[in-house]
Amino acid sequence: MDTSTDSRHETSRQAGEPVVSLRDITRRFGSVLAVDGVSFDVHRGEVVGFLGPNAAGKTTTMRILTCFITADEGTATVAGYDVVEDPIEVRRRVGYLPESAPLYTDLGVLEHLRFVAELRGIPPRDVKRAVDRMVDACGLEPVAQRIVGELSKGYRQRVGLANTMIHDPDVLVLDEPTTGLDPSQIIEIRELVRRIGREKTVILSTHILPEVEAVSSRVLIINAGRIVATGTPGDLARMTAGRGAVRVSMLAPEREALAALSALPCAQDVERVAKEPGGYVVYSVSGSDSDSLAEAVYDLSRARNWRLRELSRKTPSLEDVFLDVTSGRGRA
Amino acid sequence: MRPTAVIARKEFRSHVSSPAGYVFLTAFLVLTGWLFFRTFFLVGQASLRPFFSLMPWVFLFFVPAAAMRMWAEERKLGTDEILLTLPVRDGEVVMGKFLAGLAFLALAVGLTLPLPLTVAALGDPDPGPIIGGYAGLLLLAAAYLSISLFASSLSENQIVAFVVGTTMSFALLVMGEDFVLVAVPRGLAPVLRYLGLGQHFRSTARGVIDSRDIVYYLSVIGFFLYLNLKAVEARKWR
Repeated sequence: MDTSTDSRHETSRQAGEPVVSLRDITRRFGSVLAVDGVSFDVHRGEVVGFLGPNAAGKTTTMRILTCFITADEGTATVAGYDVVEDPIEVRRRVGYLPESAPLYTDLGVLEHLRFVAELRGIPPRDVKRAVDRMVDACGLEPVAQRIVGELSKGYRQRVGLANTMIHDPDVLVLDEPTTGLDPSQIIEIRELVRRIGREKTVILSTHILPEVEAVSSRVLIINAGRIVATGTPGDLARMTAGRGAVRVSMLAPEREALAALSALPCAQDVERVAKEPGGYVVYSVSGSDSDSLAEAVYDLSRARNWRLRELSRKTPSLEDVFLDVTSGRGRA
Repeated sequence: MRPTAVIARKEFRSHVSSPAGYVFLTAFLVLTGWLFFRTFFLVGQASLRPFFSLMPWVFLFFVPAAAMRMWAEERKLGTDEILLTLPVRDGEVVMGKFLAGLAFLALAVGLTLPLPLTVAALGDPDPGPIIGGYAGLLLLAAAYLSISLFASSLSENQIVAFVVGTTMSFALLVMGEDFVLVAVPRGLAPVLRYLGLGQHFRSTARGVIDSRDIVYYLSVIGFFLYLNLKAVEARKWR
């Protein structure tokens, strides 16, 4: 497999043995179809963002991949090992951080890491080194002597991550690693994930869009148990190309302005957003292409002699794609 | 170290290092000590028979109390999701928890050893029944423990685990007693008599360690550990 760390964006399209492979995974809970025929491959060195609204099937998929539960149908393999036939081999290669990072609250931080390291089968003489390495990597020195139950949410999350990575796994599966953290902690965790992602394969679920854009080399959007879109964050943003919007703050009689903006050839929808001090009114104009929209609005304001205080293009974001594919209706 | 041993050590340590563990041991020793000395001087016999005969009832509450946490809390905290996604077999986890619980109960039982020592100091008891009685006590504790661990694996609520564990242990204890047997169909009576825990405990409490009793205890323990394993595995399909 030739995948250099610099060409992560390309690896997803390269042939070669995928590290993680899911085929037609289906899982029901009673009559509820939680995951419905999900298939995807992840290659070495990819950071895959698993994006979806709550209850879309992200956690269920991850639990199947880490052998916590089994699928009703379909197969999943990690490094060539089947999750049903060789669960122990799969688990050896995977580091899994469950949602909200559950931990044994009665253990000390070091004790907890040692416990996991020992169960990971790290030889006794190497356990201390592995624990020290994780304390260092996850910034746990200040709390190393504390009991897990006394720690703040941010530190718990870091202890959880340290547990997940202590055996230097090939594949990291992180279920919403940044929920409940403050912004600076979120940035730290993302930085950590990005660093790991240079050598390892990371699958990370979230419902926070900027997170996916920040760390992922590829995005899978899942909704109601199905994968509804996949590609690099850029690819997905381009899916909304041909649709754009501008925001304009203009000093003009409101009714006239609304009529004139609606009459622009490239405008599809005009919305009055807010009134600003000094008689200015903010409108949002959407249409086929934000560049030509912006030019048309500028020309209009010149022609009518309406003063502008703001004119900005809204570039289509992952958010638009997400809302498109998860709601099933276009936003324009 | 083997995963079973790692889990057993961690579970044992969280038993003895928690306030609940000390409360448990203290309450257990105070109660057993009181039950022992209440009749000891009145009867005036250098024997532990009355003490042993009460233990199935004392354990009925203490063993489920010691075990109720062991699975229920994993579920409640969600830590089962870390534990059962580590490269460890479900059976190793079940066994590790059982051994830790057994070690803790053995510690509790061991701390009652001053009672036989007192008896030995004041009189001249026959050591056979005492040794046999203690062996029977450990087997009894192990049987209740396997039942209570299974009960704990059924719920994430410790109170539910406790009540279910006590109820199931009680059912097993009285199953073979006469007042139950008169109420069941004739054909069933001998089966229940064998399955009831009471008579097996009485024979060990007399100091008779019979291989049939040992087989019985090991079967009960194996059966409930198997159910425990199945309950843990059931998470995968539920």
